[in-house]
Amino acid sequence: MSEERNIPIKLPVLARVEGEGSLELDIRDGRIEHLKLHIFEPPRMFEKFLEGREYTEVPDMVARICGICPVAYQMSAVHAIEGVFGIDPGPWVRTMRRLLYCGEWLQSHALHIHMLAAPDFLGFASVTEMARKYPDEVRRGLGLQGLGNDIIHLLGARSVHPVGVCVGGFHHAPGRVQAEELLNKLRAALSDAGELVRWTAGFDLPQVEQVFTTVALRHENEYPMNEGRIVSSAGLDIAVDEYETHFAEHQEPHSTALHSLLEGEPYLVGPLARLNLNLDRLPHAVRTVLEETGIRFPSHNMYHSVVARAVEILLAVHEAIAILESYEETTTPAVEVHTKAGTGYGCTEAPRGILWHRYDLDSKGLVTAARIVPPTSQNQARIEEDLRLSLQAFGLDRDNDTLRQRGEMAIRNYDPCISCATHFLDLRVRRT
Amino acid sequence: MADKPKIAVHKFASCDGCQLAFLGMGEDLLTLSELVDIVHFVEAGPVATDAEVDIAFVEGSISAPDDLERIRAIREHSHYLITIGACATSGGLQALRNFADADEWVTSIYAKPDYIRSLSTSTPIAAHVKVDLELWGCPVDRRQVLAAIRDLLSGVAPAFEQDKVCLECKREQAVCVMVTRGLPCLGPVTRTGCGALCPRFGRDCYACFGPGENANTESLSRRFEGLGLMPDAIARRFHFINSGAPPFTEAGQGKDK
Repeated sequence: MSEERNIPIKLPVLARVEGEGSLELDIRDGRIEHLKLHIFEPPRMFEKFLEGREYTEVPDMVARICGICPVAYQMSAVHAIEGVFGIDPGPWVRTMRRLLYCGEWLQSHALHIHMLAAPDFLGFASVTEMARKYPDEVRRGLGLQGLGNDIIHLLGARSVHPVGVCVGGFHHAPGRVQAEELLNKLRAALSDAGELVRWTAGFDLPQVEQVFTTVALRHENEYPMNEGRIVSSAGLDIAVDEYETHFAEHQEPHSTALHSLLEGEPYLVGPLARLNLNLDRLPHAVRTVLEETGIRFPSHNMYHSVVARAVEILLAVHEAIAILESYEETTTPAVEVHTKAGTGYGCTEAPRGILWHRYDLDSKGLVTAARIVPPTSQNQARIEEDLRLSLQAFGLDRDNDTLRQRGEMAIRNYDPCISCATHFLDLRVRRT
Repeated sequence: MADKPKIAVHKFASCDGCQLAFLGMGEDLLTLSELVDIVHFVEAGPVATDAEVDIAFVEGSISAPDDLERIRAIREHSHYLITIGACATSGGLQALRNFADADEWVTSIYAKPDYIRSLSTSTPIAAHVKVDLELWGCPVDRRQVLAAIRDLLSGVAPAFEQDKVCLECKREQAVCVMVTRGLPCLGPVTRTGCGALCPRFGRDCYACFGPGENANTESLSRRFEGLGLMPDAIARRFHFINSGAPPFTEAGQGKDK
């Protein structure tokens, strides 16, 4: 067990970090002496709520941790619980879960690119302002976001907190006609997704390289979503259930989000990490579009995250088309479940990076303990490190407003769940 | 421009899912931004916390000390205040902490609990300030939000849905999952608004839209017992997404003894 951990292994509080954030800088003799990204979001205590709940309730409960990536929470949870029961739900369920994840990546990435990131790079305060100058691009983005929602609808009835997922599979199998309709929409959107990659690659992105370790899942032949080993750019290669022996969370006084470290060091999860580590798993057609942009991956420019997100949108559209082209209806969308006591682990690729879950269940299938490590707490140390390096390189003698804008842009680039808060990033600078 | 009604969207402790009723609107968001002036909506960009607005939408529950001051200021600066979603309307899923010793949780979790600013309860907005309209749902449906804006802009009192999910099921001609499969469906006591999604997907309703009018939870609890549910399982059915809504608080506690 790693010695950095100064909190119990049973980590019962999950601080959701979509909310108030502020940045505190102490600058002495032109150098950053202290830098703190404060996250104030009150703890929402989900891991405690899970204790005593039946396994059937878990997917509906964990979806409520995040309205923007509920599918990710459901996917990590069902994989972990099925691990305890020793269930393999078979190829139909496996493929549909991948389709569902395509939907989530599409809607979440399109939302981030258009509503949060692009206004930064094109010089607007908001998406509605940007829409006046770039109406077609914004419409294209909203269309792709909507398409992601449509995929989630097909399998989950609604896009926020979908109701279709259960341990063992799905409550409902989509009809042939609905699947066909969605397939047609996806085919029509394929060129939009390709254009989106080219559009983001054409942004005037800051050219700043940093040294950082990336962490993502790695699957033997697919671009990772639900399954794989946890690998890093520094050579880590472990099974999902070995996570706790390499990664540790600790509390920092300035944040309700715990900071996670890999062997004591910050690391990056999310689309750039995923793409950097899984280039060879991209379908040929997606790889070609990426290569045509002229941007070389693996990249150590954090701002290429926006391009990575667009690439994953294109990948998701391709993948969803392939899945729906060979869609077969089934009368058994879920396998039978028999409860068993034990500990299970799940790790899947949420839009913002690996989302790790652990559940202890008793023989009746009631949760006795749960631990959830969201991507944002994994990225938080890396965000602070990035801010330190990029603000130093940007020049600390600039006025506070310029520093604040640069800081916001750097933070937003990680698409943290505090991306909203960074719009009103309260910057406090002490210069001595 | 100056004459356009002003709208704000505020967030307290929540998952942000109800704000997606706006952010997931697609092109309707652009149309809406032509009709109204969205002056404060942090996730979408504009920030003007203390601006005077015609309608303030509030997502999330009151769960930290500073929230109290902030919600009072929002009330002061808004003509209409509308809560969106379960957290703002009933305290949400995080109101489950109200049944426990939440302070003890924080102490047992954080190495330095004194750094954590959190109330021991999660309460709805209406427990602290006057609320003009409550839109139930976890999450709210986009239709509810758009209809409320339309009604208010047209000077009409917004319609207030109180029907049960069961009625929606009948309208949709969905097969009853309790009658045919013996599933412990909460449809008979839950407010409609979701479109009876769960029963139509072949599963039991878990009450994310909160209690409907005159919810007969006692009778439904007995039915659940008849289906073979143990008291703790029945309690968990009521103490889930909307445990802070009085009919559900009571129904769950009755079973929890």
